[in-house]
Amino acid sequence: MFTIVSKESIAPSEFDIWIKAPRIAQQAKAGQFAVLRLDESGERIPLTIADSDENKGLIRFIFQVVGKTTAKMSMLNIGESILDILGPLGTPSKIKNYGSVLMIGGGVGIAALYPIIKALKIENNRVITILGGRTSDHVIMKDECAKYSDKLIITTDDGSEGTKGVVTDAIRALIKNGENFDYSWCIGPTIMMKYCSLTAKEINLPIYVSLNSLMVDGTGMCGCCRVSIDSKILFTCVDGPEFDGQKVDWNELMNRLKQYKTEENKSSEKYLSEVGEHPWL
Amino acid sequence: MALDFSKDKTPIKEQDPNLRIKNFEEVCLGYSLHEGMLEATRCINCKTKPCVSACPVSIDIPTFIKQIKENDLKAAATTIDKYTNLPAVCGRVCPQESQCEGVCTVGKIKGFQPVAIGKLERLVADWKYTNKKTSKSENIKNSFKKGNVAVIGSGPSGLTVAGDLAKLGYKVIVFEALHSAGGVLTYGIPEFRLPQKIVETEISAMRKLGVKIECNVLVGKTITMQEIMQKFDACYISVGAGTPLFQGIKGTNLNGIYSASEYLTRINLMHSYKFPLYDTPVKMVKNVAVIGGGNVAMDAARCAKRLGAKNVTVFYRRTLDELPARIEEYFHAVEEGIRFSWLTNPIEYSDNGKGEVASIKCIRMELGTPDESGRRRPIPIKDSEFSLKVDCVIEAIGQGANKVLLDTFPELELNKKGYIKADPKTGATSVQGVYAGGDIVTGAATVILAMGAGKTAAIAIDEYIKNKKTNK
Repeated sequence: MFTIVSKESIAPSEFDIWIKAPRIAQQAKAGQFAVLRLDESGERIPLTIADSDENKGLIRFIFQVVGKTTAKMSMLNIGESILDILGPLGTPSKIKNYGSVLMIGGGVGIAALYPIIKALKIENNRVITILGGRTSDHVIMKDECAKYSDKLIITTDDGSEGTKGVVTDAIRALIKNGENFDYSWCIGPTIMMKYCSLTAKEINLPIYVSLNSLMVDGTGMCGCCRVSIDSKILFTCVDGPEFDGQKVDWNELMNRLKQYKTEENKSSEKYLSEVGEHPWL
Repeated sequence: MALDFSKDKTPIKEQDPNLRIKNFEEVCLGYSLHEGMLEATRCINCKTKPCVSACPVSIDIPTFIKQIKENDLKAAATTIDKYTNLPAVCGRVCPQESQCEGVCTVGKIKGFQPVAIGKLERLVADWKYTNKKTSKSENIKNSFKKGNVAVIGSGPSGLTVAGDLAKLGYKVIVFEALHSAGGVLTYGIPEFRLPQKIVETEISAMRKLGVKIECNVLVGKTITMQEIMQKFDACYISVGAGTPLFQGIKGTNLNGIYSASEYLTRINLMHSYKFPLYDTPVKMVKNVAVIGGGNVAMDAARCAKRLGAKNVTVFYRRTLDELPARIEEYFHAVEEGIRFSWLTNPIEYSDNGKGEVASIKCIRMELGTPDESGRRRPIPIKDSEFSLKVDCVIEAIGQGANKVLLDTFPELELNKKGYIKADPKTGATSVQGVYAGGDIVTGAATVILAMGAGKTAAIAIDEYIKNKKTNK
């Protein structure tokens, strides 16, 4: 059992929790994730480890309510537990001094990007960060990202904060202003990672993306999370979750992500009819 | 020679095929005590006992059968317990036809079937668990004084090492990556062949011996091999083969195409056949194709039938003669209406325009000269392609070595295929104090072979630690 020690609502239907998991906290590195199962009848879902505190034995998850499991998880309070957490999983981010790095985060993906920003800054990279969201409320972890960035740019779809527009506009603006980058990371909604990868290709910028494939075990045992990278079948759980964004077959990934949409909706509807609508959803 | 017993095995009750394709309950219902005693009389207690030497864990088969005949199941249980920690599992999933029963002296007599050794073992094990108090093994007090051993992976091989070493007085911790113990017994073999309750009972018997099982620990990630080497006197790696192979033909990543590992894990470990009561879904569709001819392919096909599929077809590139699956499982599958398309190999999957698999294109094969495995090599027949409508495909074409642990422990020598190099006589690897066995050494094989490797390694680990402690 893994006990929740703190919980905060940080954006509409987004939550920030710290959980007691000493072994995982000791091993977790930027870019890794864990697989969680809430209870006996629960599914196994992957979530990026947003931060860890080795001394206190804590790990942090930031999640958005998107279906039954995350809705149920949002109901858990401090002192309550998650039945199973396995981690840290996946290959850590390649952290080193690249020189100048461009970090692009969108929506709840910002939580996955944050530990990489932090680790790259500790390695003395020049870090320029772009965070995007639908509205100002959806751009999370601004202060934390700012702390480890030399420059932080915010874009919102509705212009409620920062520049009105999407993150790829901000990338182009930076390049137009003569900025030069040695490497980049983009973590966010799949469609955003796809377009950032296309933009990166245009400007000849190497880019890492962190894929959010469906998973079951998370240890390379089942192949549910397989993706095509440069036409080769690889597993997100062990070979990733980070891949060269220019080599990902994005359309295939997006297709695989909708594989259980009907079942997921059925499950959510059934759950909400049992517990009633959550006021925050 | 006048033999006063039946030529055939005592018939065993099974769930009717028409009923069982609608549930996940066990197909074989087992012998009653009376039936078991009757079957036991078919053992002639021959001098040569070929069954014992054909058993990977050398169970004293004639003795326990004699004890059944004498209506002393308690004694029979004690006999079996000396050799195996998982009798209820072995009695159900061992390929007896190619081991003990394959060499049975009675079976060698013209017109006679061998003694139903597997079913008798199952009878004894099931009896033991329903008459708990009489089990001797549960009363063993473990002093834990002889040393500490880490076992990585809680499948049949790991559990065997753990049980044997606990009985010898070692403190054993088993690390399991998944949320439930049992390895392939839990995530792989379906409920209707091996009920989860049976696996749980055998594992809890192991816990009573003092074995500690820690789930949610992926060695190499959650804790390192270095930590294990520091904290334990020895360790045994039994992580299973564990990574599915795909044919990699066009369309492999379409929705509705599974590896058998994923399909069975969803159904067995995650209980997706009870969706939405359990949260994990699995595709429940009309036309299912299974690729491959092993036990895993049979399990997947029979699961698909139980999930309501109307047409389930197994595509195998050789013929029934070469089918690697247990013959009993093949017959069960046929009874359940599974179709077999022999000498057929898929070459392409196409979609329905929505990213879901809709048809499978196959090519007919013919058998050529034997390959390195000794089986005749299938060769495609030119211009024999044909297509079939499918809604779901399950590829059960085998597994490769899972690299998660191995990549973090480069000191460990591997063989050409990427599996761990271990001495077959001891399980010793290239690293002192590190032993290995089961599928991660042999590649995908059977439960009982993995258990046999565990038995051998437990003896070697005991020797190793004793020597280490005396030389200190």
